[in-house]
Amino acid sequence: MQNSFNIAVTVNDTRYERAVEPRILLSDFLRHDLGLTGTHVGCEHGVCGACTILFDGQPARSCLVFAVQAHGHKITTVEGLGTIDNLHPIQEAFHEAHGLQCGFCTPGILTTIVPFLEQNPDPSEEEIREAISGNLCRCTGYQHIVDAVKLAAEKMRK
Amino acid sequence: MKPAPFEYYAPTTIDEALSHLAEHGYDAKVLAGGQSLIPMMNFRLVQPSVLVDLNNIAELSYIHPDESGGLRLGAMTRHHQVEVDPLVAELAPLLHETMPKIATSQIRSRGTFGGSLSHADPSAELVSVSVALDGRFRLRGQNGERWVPANEFFIGLFTTLLEPDEILVEAALPSMPVRSGCSLMEVARRPHDFALVGVAAVVTLDENKLCQQARMVFLSAGDGPMVAHKAAESLKGQAPTLEAIRAAAEIAASEDIDPGSDIHATAEFRRHLANVLARRALEQAFERAADNK
Ligand SMILES: Cc1cc2nc3c(=O)[nH]c(=O)nc-3n(C[C@H](O)[C@H](O)[C@H](O)COP(=O)(O)OP(=O)(O)OC[C@H]3O[C@@H](n4cnc5c(N)ncnc54)[C@H](O)[C@@H]3O)c2cc1C
Ligand code: FES
Ligand code: FES
Repeated sequence: MQNSFNIAVTVNDTRYERAVEPRILLSDFLRHDLGLTGTHVGCEHGVCGACTILFDGQPARSCLVFAVQAHGHKITTVEGLGTIDNLHPIQEAFHEAHGLQCGFCTPGILTTIVPFLEQNPDPSEEEIREAISGNLCRCTGYQHIVDAVKLAAEKMRK
Repeated sequence: MKPAPFEYYAPTTIDEALSHLAEHGYDAKVLAGGQSLIPMMNFRLVQPSVLVDLNNIAELSYIHPDESGGLRLGAMTRHHQVEVDPLVAELAPLLHETMPKIATSQIRSRGTFGGSLSHADPSAELVSVSVALDGRFRLRGQNGERWVPANEFFIGLFTTLLEPDEILVEAALPSMPVRSGCSLMEVARRPHDFALVGVAAVVTLDENKLCQQARMVFLSAGDGPMVAHKAAESLKGQAPTLEAIRAAAEIAASEDIDPGSDIHATAEFRRHLANVLARRALEQAFERAADNK
């Protein structure tokens, strides 16, 4: 039985080649093999949204994909959005509008919001709430997240 | 928790996938979107020793019209693709309306049409919708293929007619007849959660605006998609008045479904929801049928 596969994955525009066991989840691969611990792991059954990444540009649960399946694909994690010195407008907005407290849910929300605002640059509050409905936050009560997304939309329209 | 070890194959053709399944039989499982299978593996509720991944089989992913004005969907077509496809919006409005109600965007980007049907969760929208639309599924094994009507495919809780060495390769949904209308109504505790109860309704009026056919299929209301036969019978040949609709909804909720109790809702509450939803769905479907000349 072959229990190690050589994979080549592009994560945040960097190509990585690694050998993985097929049962390794993409979330664990990102965190443990690549040291990209910005992707958080909450529930491992698709419910909490903390592990959301972009898989070929679309938001997906990295806890519900095997790393071996990412072979040949493009992954974006929260580390790929901006840097401390050069924040992505969405990150700036979350900072300014207090869109986070403990920050556990934040990477998954940011990666969900990136493609959402690209497709819908001027969303209504209802649409924003719909867009983040797959991400649980235990701190903010969501209102500040909604405010942050509104602010982010404004920033990105400029 | 983490999944137990398994042998992994990622074939690029259906034939190759079928030969892996034929070799490994009951030990193997097909991996589609993984949005139901991987959670169960993470919790070790299932521990398949072989996974045959369909994600690299390009020939399983498509949406196209068929000769009779219906739709064909390849099993690996993602929920998101169905959601945004203009052809689906035009030819299968019920399906178009249903897609955004399935899970959240992050799940719909991976979950597949064929996976949802094969998994046969009685709470899955596509299970009830495909029965309501009179769909058919193409199942393929190494020894050939067969077409199975949706209303025979689902045989119980998470159980279908699929043999362990078969793959559901395609779904066919017929075109809607004239003077038809449809509706999907559901109640969930939070948007995108699995529904506590839902109902897909498809109705057709005759030339005199009387009900020719009214099909209601409930989800989360029994061990599989629950077809409301008695309610349908009560509407046949009737004018779709509010009175007739109310009576049919009452029959459906009290006689046609078999909901259970769990931590989310009692059976009694589910029957109450079913009654209200059936009435709303029928009203909307009949209105749309009247407009759809
Ligand atoms: C948080 C969350 C919320 C969800 N909410 C909803 C919801 O509200 N409504 C809803 O309907 N669904 C919901 N789902 C389930 C989702 O729609 C799944 O994608 C779907 O049920 C299974 O499809 P899949 O492609 O992911 O299949 P997989 O998980 O890959 O497979 C499921 C099962 O079907 C078998 N299988 C898959 N494809 C085939 C095939 N072509 N031939 C033969 N066997 C096959 C597999 O072997 C496995 O046993 C939710 C999932 C999650 C994680
Ligand atoms: S850890 Fe993936 S959704 Fe919760
Ligand atoms: S900020 Fe703590 S979970 Fe959202």
